[in-house]
Amino acid sequence: MCLGLPGRVVELSDKKCIVDIMGATRQIAADFIKDLKIGDYVLIHAGCAVSKIDEDEAKSTIEIFKELEEVMHE
Amino acid sequence: MNDFLKDFRNPEISSMLNNELSKYKDRTYRIMELCGTHTMSLFKSGVRDILPGNIKLISGPGCPVCVTPNYYMDNAVKLAMMKDVIVTTFGDLMRVPGNGKSLLEAKTDGADARVVYSPIDSLKVATENPDKKVVFLSVGFETTTPIVALTVKKAREEGINNFLILSGNKTMPAAIELLAMDKDVAIDGFFYPGHVCSVAGTEYARIISKKYGIPGVVAGFEPVDLLYAILELVKLINEGNGEVKNLYGRVVRDEGNLDAYNTMFEVFKPCDTVWRGIGNIPMSGLELREAYEAFDAWKVFDLKQNIDEKINGCICGEILKGLKEPSECPLFAKACTPNKPVGACMVSSEGSCAAHYKYGRNKNV
Repeated sequence: MCLGLPGRVVELSDKKCIVDIMGATRQIAADFIKDLKIGDYVLIHAGCAVSKIDEDEAKSTIEIFKELEEVMHE
Repeated sequence: MNDFLKDFRNPEISSMLNNELSKYKDRTYRIMELCGTHTMSLFKSGVRDILPGNIKLISGPGCPVCVTPNYYMDNAVKLAMMKDVIVTTFGDLMRVPGNGKSLLEAKTDGADARVVYSPIDSLKVATENPDKKVVFLSVGFETTTPIVALTVKKAREEGINNFLILSGNKTMPAAIELLAMDKDVAIDGFFYPGHVCSVAGTEYARIISKKYGIPGVVAGFEPVDLLYAILELVKLINEGNGEVKNLYGRVVRDEGNLDAYNTMFEVFKPCDTVWRGIGNIPMSGLELREAYEAFDAWKVFDLKQNIDEKINGCICGEILKGLKEPSECPLFAKACTPNKPVGACMVSSEGSCAAHYKYGRNKNV
């Protein structure tokens, strides 16, 4: 039930936040996310953004996997 | 984002991680996952199938639908049958049986129960039906409850006085601590719930892990996330220092989401509550604070809770603690199936019995 889906913010105003979730758009509540911008990715649960997805963090996690792969192939 | 997903689902990296895991064959590792979505992801991705046999995954009480007690569902059906009430709910709760009918069965008797995607959608139902009371069935852990709190606050701000909630919300830390304390459960490491941590942060996990010397990881939900987290957890178990690693940093900040967390406790306060299959866990539930009691369906309709509730005939409590496998239950896949669930773990698609039924019934997993 705690399913979270990533969505990209495509429209944003004081009262409204529209996200694109794998091609489908939907209005969500973004009351809990500060400094949101168009283009940001958020994790959405039950119609509300609960966390901003940090792309730099995602990249650095992938880097760890790649380094591990190199070490293990040596 | 799609490029990232490709990397997090990369079969070569998955295979490499699994090979690395196979080096740790000297002992058994008992790992408990505490999120229903992890339970499903571990089955669905095939990770569970390829893991070395000495790594044992146990599905803990991580599905809020599964741990919702019978008396809650009985009251939900009672409300939905009232002529002036519309019940709104997440779809997962429609099939959950109480002591009597499920909401889906009650609908055929005229009950008005409607599925909503978000609690906030209930406010639209309330404004469109001013002559009815609209009661949202509020179950969920720390990920979900702030959204309900936000909905209650919006209802008050907008003067929507015919909206109420039936709170059955729970918080995870007390339940995890109960499992950590239970010597019979004997868990070596915890897979902490990723999305609960996105709101509640990681501090509670660090406190529990340190106190009981049981390490843990906060993990994402893609196959590579899962395998990497299991590998790191196995290493932490061998180090034996009760550390917690946050490996889901792209979503989970160590401090959590303070706006969401504080909104939850502005509207709700802790109370005792029953976890289906386990029993009453003191102060692990959430009820509306006095300032919001006009929105509290328990009070407005004078509904009764049964803290001493017991469910006979199934071994859900032992399954949720990892003491028994679903296949060891005499009801599993016979009297208890996803279409006609008897116990907690078969109720929701994210329950351990439902996941075993769907993905592992004919395998030795």
